[in-house]
Amino acid sequence: MEYLKKYPKLFQWLFLLIVFFALCFAIDVPETYKFIRGQAEFVKDPNQSVYFFLGKEVRYYAFDVFWRLPPLLGWLPIWINDSLFFLMNEWMPMEFWNEDTQEFKTRPLLLQVSRNLTAFMTFLIELIREILLGGLETIVAFTSWDFIDAYPWLELPGLPWTIVAAGAAILSYKLSGKGLAVFAGLTMIYISIFGQWKPSMQTLSFILVAAPLSFIFGLGLGIAAYKSKRVEKALYPILLVMQTMPQYAVLVPALVLFGVGDHAAVIITMVVAVPPMILLTILGLRAIPPEVIEAGRMSGCTNWQLMLKVLIPTARRDILIGVNQVIMVCFSMAVISAFIGAKGLGFNLLLALNQLNIGLALEAGLCISLIAILLDKMSLAWANKQTDYFGNLTFFQRNKNVIFFAASFVIGIILAYVGTFIFKGSFNYLFEIPHNKGISTADFWNKGVDWIFDTFFVYIKAFNTWLIQDVLQPMRALYLRMPAVATLVLAVGAGYLIGGIRSALVVAALTLFIALSPWWDRALVTLYMATFGVVISCLIGFTVGTLCFQNKKSAAFMLGVCDIFQTFPSFVYLIPVMMLFGITDTSVLIAVIVYATIPATRYTIEGLRSVPVGLHEAATMSGVNKLQRLTKIEFPLAFPHMMLGINQTIVFALFMVIIGAFIGTEDLGQYILKALSDKNGAGIGLTLGICVAFIGLIFDNLIRTWVEKRKKHLGIA
Amino acid sequence: MSETVIKCESVYKIFGENAKKMLEESNGNVDAKTFQEKGCIVGVNNASFEVAKGEMLVVMGLSGSGKSTLLRCISRLTDATGGKIFIEGQDLLELNNKELIELRRNKMGMVFQSFALLPHKTVVENIAFPLQIKGTNTEDSINRAMEMVKLVGLDGRENYFPRELSGGQQQRVGIARSLAVEPDIWFLDEPFSALDPLIRKEMQDEFLRLQEKLQKTIMFITHDFDEALKLADRIAIMKDGIIEQLDTPANIVLNPATEYVRKFTEEVPREKVLVIEDVMDASTKDNLGDLKVSKDEIIENVAEKILTQDNLVGVVDSNNNIVGSIKPSKIIDTVFGGRKNGS
Repeated sequence: MEYLKKYPKLFQWLFLLIVFFALCFAIDVPETYKFIRGQAEFVKDPNQSVYFFLGKEVRYYAFDVFWRLPPLLGWLPIWINDSLFFLMNEWMPMEFWNEDTQEFKTRPLLLQVSRNLTAFMTFLIELIREILLGGLETIVAFTSWDFIDAYPWLELPGLPWTIVAAGAAILSYKLSGKGLAVFAGLTMIYISIFGQWKPSMQTLSFILVAAPLSFIFGLGLGIAAYKSKRVEKALYPILLVMQTMPQYAVLVPALVLFGVGDHAAVIITMVVAVPPMILLTILGLRAIPPEVIEAGRMSGCTNWQLMLKVLIPTARRDILIGVNQVIMVCFSMAVISAFIGAKGLGFNLLLALNQLNIGLALEAGLCISLIAILLDKMSLAWANKQTDYFGNLTFFQRNKNVIFFAASFVIGIILAYVGTFIFKGSFNYLFEIPHNKGISTADFWNKGVDWIFDTFFVYIKAFNTWLIQDVLQPMRALYLRMPAVATLVLAVGAGYLIGGIRSALVVAALTLFIALSPWWDRALVTLYMATFGVVISCLIGFTVGTLCFQNKKSAAFMLGVCDIFQTFPSFVYLIPVMMLFGITDTSVLIAVIVYATIPATRYTIEGLRSVPVGLHEAATMSGVNKLQRLTKIEFPLAFPHMMLGINQTIVFALFMVIIGAFIGTEDLGQYILKALSDKNGAGIGLTLGICVAFIGLIFDNLIRTWVEKRKKHLGIA
Repeated sequence: MSETVIKCESVYKIFGENAKKMLEESNGNVDAKTFQEKGCIVGVNNASFEVAKGEMLVVMGLSGSGKSTLLRCISRLTDATGGKIFIEGQDLLELNNKELIELRRNKMGMVFQSFALLPHKTVVENIAFPLQIKGTNTEDSINRAMEMVKLVGLDGRENYFPRELSGGQQQRVGIARSLAVEPDIWFLDEPFSALDPLIRKEMQDEFLRLQEKLQKTIMFITHDFDEALKLADRIAIMKDGIIEQLDTPANIVLNPATEYVRKFTEEVPREKVLVIEDVMDASTKDNLGDLKVSKDEIIENVAEKILTQDNLVGVVDSNNNIVGSIKPSKIIDTVFGGRKNGS
């Protein structure tokens, strides 16, 4: 009884677990239960009963309501599909002028809007692409094909790669300094020499369109949310879901609305990249000291002047960090949107992976990672750059970067012109190195992979078999053995114990949505893979983080490593694991672990670092040794921040598990991938995406609530 | 008394959702505790006072006493919940947005505790900011800003960024900025609180020098009683949103209106605050000794001379007419007497 009084929470948790296990044992596995239940309403089984719920047909096994809830939400994907179809093809027909046929045509409004948007995006992408690579679509857009036939010299020639490389180096120098300039130059030269110029520039043009547009929309919406509570309240749930929504899932509706191609990819990238921009804009504007705003007011600013001359410049850094985030999202989307036909490195990467040509995949992956790191560093340098006074500089000093670029522009053109004489009859290597004419290391890598396979096949296979048979299969079986009711009780109970009634209700709603969808079993499989990944990642992350923290230099080094790894588009992680483990669940799980270890490590180091110096000194003066200091002072104080790390780890792991479907897993991701090629896939893809997002949000809600309480308790909120 | 510039008539500021309704229901009897129980926080409670042209009113109070809120009501950075505020006869609360902006652009200047400089602008650009907002062209505004730079003694640093300046220098920029449009009314919200003591003293002297030259109408907020005594023409002492006492420094020290005010005045070295006029006996003008002192002399400066006298000392005004007398023992009374604890 005394213990009960001392640790009431502990006993509440114990009670919850007892109820959970009691339910697990009390509810038997129905004999007809098969894992195919994922598609209950598509598989017509005579054992199923048919019910009607709100006029919709629901099929499920009559006896197993406690075992698995009936898929009452089975109609949702179909309804979403029908609504999308209706909106696109039937809603609000209007008369529109058709340029080609020179007459009015009746078209649904949304279809016309989508067409116009598509045309606009295509024009933007083509414009930038042709500046970089040459072409004539842009000129044609303003004139006509006949015009181009008459004046063929109007075709944009494209920039020689030397000029782009010089431009990148000069811009990097201006933003950061020599180091980054050298890196930028080398990256561009590497890309060119290894024959990846064209796809790289295609990807770059995609990003140069998607990132600024996302920035503008994100900034605009962020300002709107800052100014109006109502807008913020309306945006908040969307932002929350978008943060945990796998990027895969949004591709499918985009397919329906905008078709296939770069333009659809740009639009869908905006959908994914705008939310972080909004969040950082709001954050930045909120962080402005109120006195600065008052100073602006007292200077007699109108609302516009206040926004443009005071608020935005003062929040500059946070807003530019938002730009950095946008660029990172754009890179990861540049790869993923290859599924809906975006050209460039992502497409090559996907193609190579599909053909199991690891060497080619590695080359494309390396290129995209290098460009991603470069743009990441450049945008961060921009964010951290302080304005300098330049009124007292000479004309040359003020404009030296422009002058240098102009010079390199001229030199580049001269070089390219000279090149036409040197490389007569073959390709002009000083202008653009074609895709198949660069140095390729693909063979080398492929041989390497073969060698690894030949040499270590036995060991890898043994490890693989052991992991799958002795660890993964039993774990998966355990997860699937949980009756839905027991899981619900556990989730809601945990919500109640951590955050009271409010949390319990939120968690219950999120869990119920998944349980009532037709994909509960798949969600359990997703969850099991994510759990496995998260547990191992956290173990590794905490250990590595704690060890690195012991020394300032190694801690800084580790954070740097985390930064670089985080810059890689998520898809790139699949390449090396496929190299080693082939197409198995093990590959996916290892990719998950590598990817999810990043936030675990980072938050551990940051958490330990945030322990106040005063406490360290106080502890040292109390005569603690290193271990005591770690266990008694640093861990307890850093733990809330480390929990946030676990939260991030879960999100990262879920992302990777879903992407892992590309290799082949039996979870929600598999269906999302399937939905991509299904003509009715939009609703299914979106609902699946929401399911995954909700799994993430359940943990997000629980962990955040706990951390807030704990921080308040420790007085470090 | 010269013309009134700022006039407040029972100004209330109450934070909370139903503040306006609750204020109407209370009929002017606002009790902070009952309001707090209903989820409202009383910032300013029934403040009425006037500030004359060229006068410096210092509002003194501890943190949370509502002094900054009162200032923000008068500059209309927040809207008062009840009451009336007049700026040069204009009803401030009746102004529309455009008129308010006009008023701020031409008549008001404000200095902030944390300086509130724009981090992306240089010193001279910061100072020119209100002018440019107003629409003055670049050349004129920069010229005017350079004059201000000289006025506050920052010449040579006009092209520095705020991040490159010390706290005292940053506040000089803040002061220069608030004066750039030549406002008639000058608001200062704890301008020297963020500075360390030596710099603070230097800035106070500098401030007095400026005010001597400019003769603005000033509302000055501080939590430092010594600062208030040093600068003020009149002091308003606030507690829980209520103005406890509004009077000249001497009267506050000599006749504290409430127990709260008395606590502040207890530790004040009277000889540094009071002038002879405050303690002289105006009725007795006979039997004077040889020594004569001016009535505006601070006691500290003449105490030694007076204490060496055996007779009554004569007090004269600026025209050398005798207006009263003072007993040497009165000085000892003033300096050492009247304090409750014997420290």
